[in-house]
Order: sequence, then structure tokens, then C-alpha cells
Amino acid sequence: MRLQNNKNLNQTKRIGFIFDGKKYYGYEGDTLASALLSNNVHLLGRSFKYHRPRGIISAGCEEPNGIVQLELNEFTEPNRRATEIILYEGLIAKSQNRWPSVKYDVGAINDLLAPFFPAGFYYKTFMWPPKFWKTYEHFIRRAAGLGDSPKKDDPHKYEHYHYHCDTLIVGSGVSGLYAAKIAASKNLKVLLVEQEAQTGGAILSSNKHENKINGKNQTEWKHQILDELKKAKNVKIITSTTLFAYMHYNYLLAIQDLQPSKGKDKKNSIRQVIWKIRAKKVILATGSIERPLTFNNNDRPGIMLANSVSKYLNGYGVKLGKDIVIFTNNDSAYQTAIDFHHHNINIAAVVDVRNNIESDIPLKVRNLGIKIYSGSIISNTTGRRKIKTVHIKKINENNVKVLNCDLLCMSGGWSPTVHLFTQSRGKLKFRDEDSCFIPHQAHQNSLSIGSCNGVFDLKNILKETYSTVNFFLNADKKDSLDGKVFESETIKIGKQENAWLINKKNIGKSKMFVDFQNDVTAKDIKIALSEGFQSIEHVKRYTTNGMATDQGKTSNVNALGIISELTGQDISDLGTTTFRLPYTPVTFGAMAGRFVKEFFDIERTTSIHSWHVRNNALFEDVGQWKRPWYYPKKNETMDEAVSREVKATRDSLGILDASTLGKIDLKGRDVSEFLNRVYTNAWSKLAIGKCRYGVMLGDDGMVVDDGVTTRLGEHHYVMTTTTGNAASVMSKLEDWLQTEWPELEVYLTSVTEQFGTISLNGPNSRKIVESLFPDQNFSSESFPHMSYKEFEIDNVPCRVMRISFTGEICYEINILGSYALSLWNKCMDIGKNFNITPYGTEAMHVLRAEKGYIIVGQETDGSVTPVDLDMNWIVSKKKYDFVGKRALLRSDTVKEDRKQLVGILTVDPSIVLEEGSQLVEVETSLPMPMVGHITSSYYSPNLGRSIALALVKSGTKKKGAKLIVPTVNKSIEVEIANPVFVDPGNERLLA
Amino acid sequence: MLLINCPYCGEREQEEFTCGGEAHIERPQNPPDLTDDQWADYLFLRQNIKGLQYERWNHAFGCRQWFNVARNTATDEILAVYNMGEKPPQLESNDPLTPCGEPPIGSGNFSTSKK
Repeated sequence: MRLQNNKNLNQTKRIGFIFDGKKYYGYEGDTLASALLSNNVHLLGRSFKYHRPRGIISAGCEEPNGIVQLELNEFTEPNRRATEIILYEGLIAKSQNRWPSVKYDVGAINDLLAPFFPAGFYYKTFMWPPKFWKTYEHFIRRAAGLGDSPKKDDPHKYEHYHYHCDTLIVGSGVSGLYAAKIAASKNLKVLLVEQEAQTGGAILSSNKHENKINGKNQTEWKHQILDELKKAKNVKIITSTTLFAYMHYNYLLAIQDLQPSKGKDKKNSIRQVIWKIRAKKVILATGSIERPLTFNNNDRPGIMLANSVSKYLNGYGVKLGKDIVIFTNNDSAYQTAIDFHHHNINIAAVVDVRNNIESDIPLKVRNLGIKIYSGSIISNTTGRRKIKTVHIKKINENNVKVLNCDLLCMSGGWSPTVHLFTQSRGKLKFRDEDSCFIPHQAHQNSLSIGSCNGVFDLKNILKETYSTVNFFLNADKKDSLDGKVFESETIKIGKQENAWLINKKNIGKSKMFVDFQNDVTAKDIKIALSEGFQSIEHVKRYTTNGMATDQGKTSNVNALGIISELTGQDISDLGTTTFRLPYTPVTFGAMAGRFVKEFFDIERTTSIHSWHVRNNALFEDVGQWKRPWYYPKKNETMDEAVSREVKATRDSLGILDASTLGKIDLKGRDVSEFLNRVYTNAWSKLAIGKCRYGVMLGDDGMVVDDGVTTRLGEHHYVMTTTTGNAASVMSKLEDWLQTEWPELEVYLTSVTEQFGTISLNGPNSRKIVESLFPDQNFSSESFPHMSYKEFEIDNVPCRVMRISFTGEICYEINILGSYALSLWNKCMDIGKNFNITPYGTEAMHVLRAEKGYIIVGQETDGSVTPVDLDMNWIVSKKKYDFVGKRALLRSDTVKEDRKQLVGILTVDPSIVLEEGSQLVEVETSLPMPMVGHITSSYYSPNLGRSIALALVKSGTKKKGAKLIVPTVNKSIEVEIANPVFVDPGNERLLA
Repeated sequence: MLLINCPYCGEREQEEFTCGGEAHIERPQNPPDLTDDQWADYLFLRQNIKGLQYERWNHAFGCRQWFNVARNTATDEILAVYNMGEKPPQLESNDPLTPCGEPPIGSGNFSTSKK
């Protein structure tokens, strides 16, 4: 039932939507909740545990019941609050947690079985025996189902947005708007954030006849302020934006729904934005949340929070009932009675737990002729799918009066919304007279104003906002009070009376719900206490009170009150549970923002990448790089392709794109000394034009990186690192230079991406370089292994190194990245006559394993020293110190039975072992004593058999010994061998 | 997220920085003279203070310079920023009263039974 002329709506625009398969209509400006209520749809879902019928109880983000599955297929979103969804044409929603339908739900049997589902039921029942959990889980998950998560990719886009401002104001109610006006007048850059689609906060539920500001009704006042703010260039207002996190140094996160009234149609535009805000000062004007009362059967559809009812009535023109009862312990709910009276709707009764009701608003209600039951409670309610009757009785009497009603408005007082304040590490204090946790001491540069600061009456809100905001923004100029003064009439407010448990005696037999979303009753809390849970955090977890997706916005303080009443402890001594971020649920899509799919991580490609793509390379991810893995021809399998590439390289000529190797340019007076300190071997005597292999250790003596470094000049070297470690090696070198050895003059520059590197391998590689550089002599005498020369090709300088990672003759040509592809094409052209074969990382691995070369990160795992790798030759005995040297002398690192690098040959040459396989000496019952593991394993096409590298205890001394690789089906016999399988005499390498 | 005042670039978001752990741990000048235990102390032992701690930070996604920060690890307040090689400033800091430095109300450090 809808009234006319409502301030929050455009009643000229009707909007159709579907709920649970049925078509309804609402108006532009409606939320899904207000539209459903105006169609008299109260029953929205079934409760979590007992499957009791539940309806909407509030009009905001605190809603515990009105939770729906929004939209279908790829657009679907579970657990959305109907009170927060802005209605749009064609919206589709359905109720959750019911089967087969919300009206007839099989799970409702749980309600009758309720005595068997007390607090901790799941812990007690389904955890034993432990291995049965798998069986239970399936059924429990289905029975407890919240919504369904989408099974298709989300077509929406999401964005992150950074914002810096002088003053951030959270909340656009009376105090927030007033603060914005004051801040704007001080020429500050102001951001005003409002959670709802419309600004105004409590103004949206206000009644136009009362509580005027400077003689204007609140809506008129709001528009006057908004007009001023919109004209000001220094103010930005964003609505449908929830501030959900308040972190260090005034860093706050907000999530904005862009165009919520367009729904799913905005497929290609951005749906949500996360604002990352850094503010100099923060003003919290987040308002307060009304508390329910805890009485028997307080969860029926049609039992709602009084102020939310006013909001539906005054803001959306939704007349929620005709026989209305109000149940309260404070004055604010009387306003709802007055609001109904202004629409000529009668109130059957106001039930107030207080005896003396003398303050202004209740007197006004009494003068309107509305029946007030003072010192009374509602002891029970009836009505299956909607409330039908209430049972009213005097607190200490037994006579029950049954009254018919179709709407019960309740108010248990107000809880200031201090969530953001406590997230910011602000300290709270407890105010006894109305049982509020209110801000006490801010930890950051922030100010709480209005009802989130525990100020509830309009006159004082205006007064306090004026003085504290002026002071806060002008702390250095105490006397200047800017901004127009606003005032409101004085209203005498009556004292609230705590009523945490209505009819406490009956707690054991009743259904007094505290947490509506998680179905926690007062009895559950009593059980938790009687079972010995003492910390408030433990009671919370055991009962799950406040742990649903509403995070207990309506239930936390009530639970504390109940505990206080049951234990006799003051609430201030109980403390609260922690208010954690996010304040309201945030979609994963928004958190991910644009960082999805190809933008999830940086993808780096070499300057030759396009050639690899054109030539059907399959790619392997190495760090962030895309490296060619192998280049299959037509119907080749991976094994066939890799074997062909390996064979061609050994037989004639292979070409590899090695551009991804890290390259660091080192210049300065002390580079040689620096290299002496960071590598295990000696560098001072390396001649200009020579290359040297180095192994880099951590100070724990373990191998962290390796690579070849070339001396280009007296004070100029270029270092290569492994592809994956380039950035971390660079960082570590900078760290040493800046923090430990600032006396060294060394300049580091990463040049990885400046150069393309083409590696020509195989007996015919010399033919190619001779053809590329016809004037040069590439004989081993004039250009031996481990040396370097700089040449030009078509006037472009090239750095050519004769180094090798295959054991074949190899020339690595480094050329400016932009010329690399053209040089590659040239090599391919010249190489045709020599069956030039591009090979990928897999063939590279086989080739180096045939030669017994290690890969850092494959043969090493952070627990391997160069001695373990049988590389004693590279560890200088003469240097006094280098990084890692001391650790190589530790009692543990000098032990002779450490795992050492060996070759492994299977007795059956056709078996290729799994990498990571464990090695044992003898097979015993489990667990077998393991002596080592396989680090690399391949089929070697050149040897016509499998080969492997392994780390084996005392391996270097055990050449020829037999070991066993136990697998699930069989045991594989293997023999320890020399790790160099091809060309142990280096004849091919040095040819 | 912290706001860190890089001595070279000014205030920047924490996401531009990496933390290098406890500061003022010098690499010994005479490693061969040290016992295994002394070397292990240098390598592994860190104080992991709750409260005022002197730390190394690197503006990794900025100027790539290392510097020192005095931070209260319980409250995340940055009390001083100073250069590498400088002595740590003498600072007063409020040591946390509660187990993790959280405010007393809102922390759950309460019992429902009377003390």
C-alpha cells in the first residue's frame, strides 16, 4: 500500500521487477525492500538454522533477514541485502535458504527440532569421529546454504581510484552535511561519502511537520545545504559509497556502486569502484543503528525496527500495516507513532517497559489519544508467515492481554556506529544511561560527530557539530567560528530503561532471537556461559553471535547486555568484540579491480617474441617472462619436439632466445673488490675481455644465484643472473652497497631489457658468426672459450661472448633490443644450410643436464652449498671473506654426509624418473630411511637413454653404488654416476 | 597502510616500500674469528619487539634507497625516519598495555567472570 508524494521517490516512473518468479512494480528511488513491502511482500526468506519465516526488519545495511540472491547466471550475486539494492527495471531476485519454496520449506522441521540444535551443536555432534566430517559436511553445507556463488565469469568491470583530500566526511546526515558546509567555507578540499543512494541519513526518515531546523523542515534544509555544496568547487559528494575500512594514517577504503539504478545492463561500463582515500582529517558522522528487543518470538515477519518503519512511511510512502503496536524502552519509537498519526493511521498500542513516562514525545502521543501500556512488555507473539497477535502484560503480573496486529515496531535503544572509529584504533567508553559504546579517545586525526558520537537529539547535534567541527578544522585558530549557526527546538527526552531480556524467567522455553541472521537465541548465550565460556570473544565464536555477513550490527550490543544480565557483570567490564573491516561485505570483483586475467601479473616478453609466436612456440612462464618452451612441428609430441631440438643442437646448430637472463651493468672504481665480496671466487685478476662464471651465496652459505660476468673495461663489468632472480639479485647488491659497504664506489644499472641476447650453440655455430662478422677471426686461439669481443653489424654494436650452457661451442650475441629480431632473422637465414633449429627452455634443460650444469632453484633449494654441488673449485680459499664464506665452515656445512650432487642412471635405460622422487638404499617398512632425491630427470636423445641429477647423502663418494627409487607400482633400480654425461673432457666445448 | 616519509622523496604510500627487518645489525668485520654461535646470532637472531623498533626500509618502487625507520610495532606509529649510517635517535614510545597493543575496549581482552 503506497501513499502519494514521497520525497525519496519519483512516482511518475514505475519500475517492474521479479521476485521469486512473480512480477511486481515499484517506483524510481525505491530499494528492493521498500518496493517489496509496498507490494505487501513481507516474507523474504528462511532463517539460517531453524528455517523460520523471516521478513525485512530494517531499512539499511544492518539488515539481518532480508537477504536475496540477485540476478541470474553470470550476473548473479548471493547474500545481497534487499534494503541496499536500488530498484531498476527488470531486476530479478529470489529468496535464499529455502527449499522448495519460501512458503513451504522442508528445513522448517528444524524449528520443531530446535531443542536439539543448541549452541555448539555442530561442534559437539559432527566433529567426532574426525574422519566422518567428510560425510557430514556435504549435508550440513547444503542445509545451511546461504546463496549460490556465480559459476561464470563476471562480465562487469571494476576499478580502483586513489583520492587525497583535506577533510573526509563519512555520512551525510544532519551532522555530516553541516560539517561539510563548515569545511567547505574554510576552503578545504572536502570529500563527502554517503552509503545510501540519497544523501540525508536520518533526514530520509524524518517527518516534515516536526524537528525543524531554523524553521525549515529537514528535507528543505538538506536541499539548501546541498545546493551550496554543489556550487562549491572544493567539495565532492559521492553517494552509494560505503566506507568499509579505516586504516593507518587516515587511509580509508570505500566501495562505490556506480549507477546502481542501471542494474546489470551496464555490462561494459564499470560497476564498482574502490576508493583508496588518504585524508588529512577525517570526520565520522556515521550515525547509529537501532537495536531490536529480545522477547519470545521476536523474529516474525511484520516485526520491524521502529525507526525503519518511519523511514518506509515518510521516505517511501509505504504503509506497512493498519493494526500497529509499538514496543519500546525509550522515547524515539514514539516518533513512529506520531509519524503514523500524521498519515491518519491509527496506533493500537504503545507498550513501554518504563513506568514513568513524562517526557515530551510520549506526552504528545498520549495527547493524541493513543493507548500507552506503561511498565509492560510483550511476552509473546503469534502468526506463522506474518505477525497476527501480541501478548501484552504488566512486568510483574500474569494477566495477558492479546491484541490483534499486523505490524509490531520495536526499539531497544540505539547503538552509535563506532565501527570505523574502532578500526582506526580509537578507544571507546561505555555510557551507562543508554547503554552505548561511544568514542572516547581518537587514535588518528579524526572527529566523531552526531549520533555516532552518542548525541541523539537534533538540537545538541547542531550545537555540537558547529563547535567541534570548527575547532577540529581550525585547531590552531580557536576563536574563529565559521559557518552559519543552525538551531532546533528543545525537546525533553526521557531516560531509556535497559531491557536486555524480556521475561527472563522463560528463557529456557522461549525463542528470543538475538542474532537474526545466524539464528542465535538468548538461550544459546546462556548455554555458552554455563558451559564455561568466559571471554566475550569465545562466547561469540561458540554461539556464532555477530558472525554472519551483517557482522552483528543489530545483535552485538544486545548480546553483551544479555551476558551482563546473566552474569551480573557490568557491560563496561565485558568490553566488546572487535569491529573488523570490512564494515559491509565487499565483492571480490571490486577488490581485484582491473588486476584480473592478463592484468593479474605483469607479462614480460622479449623483443623476439613475435617470431616465437609465428613459429608455433609453446610458452613457459619463467618468473614474469614468457619463454619459448618448445617449437612443435605439425604432429610432433612434446618429447619428439624436444628430442629433435636437442639432437640438432649437438649435431649441428641450435638457436636460443636468451634475452630474459638478468643483466646488470657495474661501473666504478671498486667493482672488482665488490665482485670479490659477493661471489665465491676471485675477480681482481680477470683480464679485460674475459668472462668468468660465478656463484653467489647468502651469508648462510647457501647458493642463491649463478651466472657469467664479463669484464668490459678496467672499471666496467656486466653481470648475468638467472632469469627468475634478476630483480632480487639487483636488490641484494644495492642493499650491500648502500648499507654495509658505502665506502665502495660502484654504480649498478639493470640492463636486462635494453639488450636482446641470441645464443648460437653447436659445432656449426662458428660458421654463423663468421658469416655475420666476416672480418673477424673466431678460431679458438684468437677468440677462446670464456672471452668477449665487441663487433659491429650494419653499424650496430654487438657484444659477443663465447660462453656455453650446453657444452657445445657457443656464441652469445647481445644487441640493442630493437635490433634483436632483425639479427635473429639474419641468423635463421644464414643457418638454413646448417639445419639451424630454434630450441626452447625444455631442450635447454636437457642439454645442460647432459653436461651436468646446474640450475639454481632446481638442483638447489636454499639448503645447498657450492661444496655440496661438487664445486669446490669455485670457492676461493685465499680470500679473507666473501658473502657466505663463514657459513661454509660451520660444523653442519662441513659434514661429510651432506646431500651432494651426483648423476643418476637407471638400470633400465628406458625409464625416465619423476623429478622429486626419493632415493633409498634398501626397501624397508614405512617410513623408509631416505638418502636423497632426484632434482632433474630427462630422456637424453644424444645418449639414447634416461639421465638424472640428484642430491644424495655422501653422494660424491658413492659413485657406482646402487640405490632404489620406490614408487607406488614398482621399485626402480638406479646407479650413482658422474653428473657429466656428455663430453666430460670438454673437447667439444673448447673445439 | 602506512604513510612513510622517504628522506629522498617525501611522503609515499607503504606499497612503494619493502621492509628489511631490524636495523643496526652490522655484518661482522672479522667473520673467521667468530664462533658458529656468534655467526648464527648475526644471521638469524632478531628481537621482534612489540613496541619501539628500529627497522630498515627500502623505497623499492621509488628511489630504491635504503633508510631507517623507528616504528612502534604495536600501534604502527612511525616516530622517526633517518639515514643509513646514522645512530638511532633516542625516543620515548608508549608501550602497549594490552597483548597486541589494541585498545582495551573493542579488543575482547575481557572475561565474563568477575576478577
